[in-house]
Amino acid sequence: MFATILFYAAAATLIGAAIAVITVRNPVHAVLSLILAFVSSAVLWLLLEVEFLAIVLVLVYVGAVMVLFLFVVMMLDVNTTSLREGFARYAPVGAIVAGIVILELAGLIWWRNEGIPVDRVLVPRDAAYSSTAELGKVIYTEYLYPFELAAMLLLLAIVAAILLTMRKRPGIKKQDISAQVRVRREDRIKLVSMEAEKD
Amino acid sequence: MAAIQFIQGLWFALPDQLREVIVILVQILPLTVTVILCVAFLTYGERKIIGYMQIRVGPNRVGPKGWFQPFADTIKLVIKEVVIPANSSRFLFVVAPLLAIVPALATWAVVPLFPGFAIADIDAGLLYVLALTSLSVYGIILAGWATNSKYALLGAMRSAAQVVAYEIAMGFALVGVLMASGSLNLGKIVEAQSGGLFSWFWLPLFPLFIVYFISGLAETNRAPFDVAEGESEIVAGFHVEYSGVAFAIFFLAEYANMLLISALTAVMFLGGWLSPFAGDGLSFLDGTVLGLLRAPGLHWLCAKIAFFLFFFLWVRATFPRYRYDQIMRLGWKVFIPVTLVWIVIEGVLAALHVGPWST
Repeated sequence: MFATILFYAAAATLIGAAIAVITVRNPVHAVLSLILAFVSSAVLWLLLEVEFLAIVLVLVYVGAVMVLFLFVVMMLDVNTTSLREGFARYAPVGAIVAGIVILELAGLIWWRNEGIPVDRVLVPRDAAYSSTAELGKVIYTEYLYPFELAAMLLLLAIVAAILLTMRKRPGIKKQDISAQVRVRREDRIKLVSMEAEKD
Repeated sequence: MAAIQFIQGLWFALPDQLREVIVILVQILPLTVTVILCVAFLTYGERKIIGYMQIRVGPNRVGPKGWFQPFADTIKLVIKEVVIPANSSRFLFVVAPLLAIVPALATWAVVPLFPGFAIADIDAGLLYVLALTSLSVYGIILAGWATNSKYALLGAMRSAAQVVAYEIAMGFALVGVLMASGSLNLGKIVEAQSGGLFSWFWLPLFPLFIVYFISGLAETNRAPFDVAEGESEIVAGFHVEYSGVAFAIFFLAEYANMLLISALTAVMFLGGWLSPFAGDGLSFLDGTVLGLLRAPGLHWLCAKIAFFLFFFLWVRATFPRYRYDQIMRLGWKVFIPVTLVWIVIEGVLAALHVGPWST
């Protein structure tokens, strides 16, 4: 009973937040709604007793990715009125993309699951069952190669992102921090002992 | 007698789930009150300790030796007006301090307080800690943005970049702990360190221990990493426009975070509630009065937390504020490589069955 109430509350929050992401005018508010959506879906996963995935969702998306998102959105002064100008022109493209996404989701939810009884009740595991350990076992045995491939892909993205921002421009003044850290007192200050001046 | 029976009858008449909720609430309440009281006296302790370090007395007017100073401060802050700036985002301005305090208190749920007890003894405890500590930055960012002031926004931006940088080093340090203990459950992490002072993780994971504690300093925006406040450049950073209770909550959150980082460092690297004298070499003490020192318990955890809190204050009294680019350099170019190298070393040693983590 309690779990059902929690499920509907979290699901309603999730849908409401997801709608708010694309409807609110202020971009910062949109990012905050997205964060709320992530947290509510983490609650849904917790209700399914997959605590590892739920916490990782909060840790990675809410704790790191969305912080940077918020960071960027706050820094950019996004002008929403100029963004709205081309709405009618881009609407057909948007509709096509939305249609494809809906088709793909439908494929995932209905066609791929055909033949699997939908109305079956989830069997709760006993307390000794650790979904974290089970996930680890599957990832490092059965799905080892896809997992390693995904890791390589992420590494590639990191290297590429760093490469994009690394541009050497001649003639800019910048600090050499290691030289600054290496500096000793003797390089900067010279103590001289001299007679006290009497006047 | 009848009253007791009545209460018992009432208790067992409640539905099971409700009873569970009540038991958990009864555990949460004393812990939260204790944390908040500790925060109150931590502010007093900070002013006193830094005072003595700078050869002055510190607060000494309110109550005997200034002991009631925290209460005076609290009353002062509570009766002050909360000013909400005219062009601010009202809702976020009010919510931001709450977002700062909630993770600082909620993380205590998984901290093992004494043998076999944590309010929520969950298997993914370490991940829960990482997830919640990573949320605490939102309070600061939103406060900075909602205030609609350039100083506050600058403070928030600095804080966001800093917290993201140090969180990675912190996470990697905890990966080392995880590899050494073989569990994500904080209670099991403490048990994996059982033995004396030298079987705690601080010794085999020494670089990670140092990195974790310094990253903790940076995560809590404490000196010498307190550029998010940076009085000399950006007035008070993210909380420049906050006053009264709203400011008090930010203050509370910062100190509660210090308390939390101290507790977590104690749990991960200094054996939590374990006694430092529990090693086999000291077993001749059993049966004597000193044998009591060998017993694990809450008092050891408290002693270790107090030790790290003193470190926080000591560091603040000792070091000047870091320059911002050097903070970034330390986080990205020093700490992350150090933790990565140590994790690789640990992995190699574990594969070769050498060292304390060979099991």
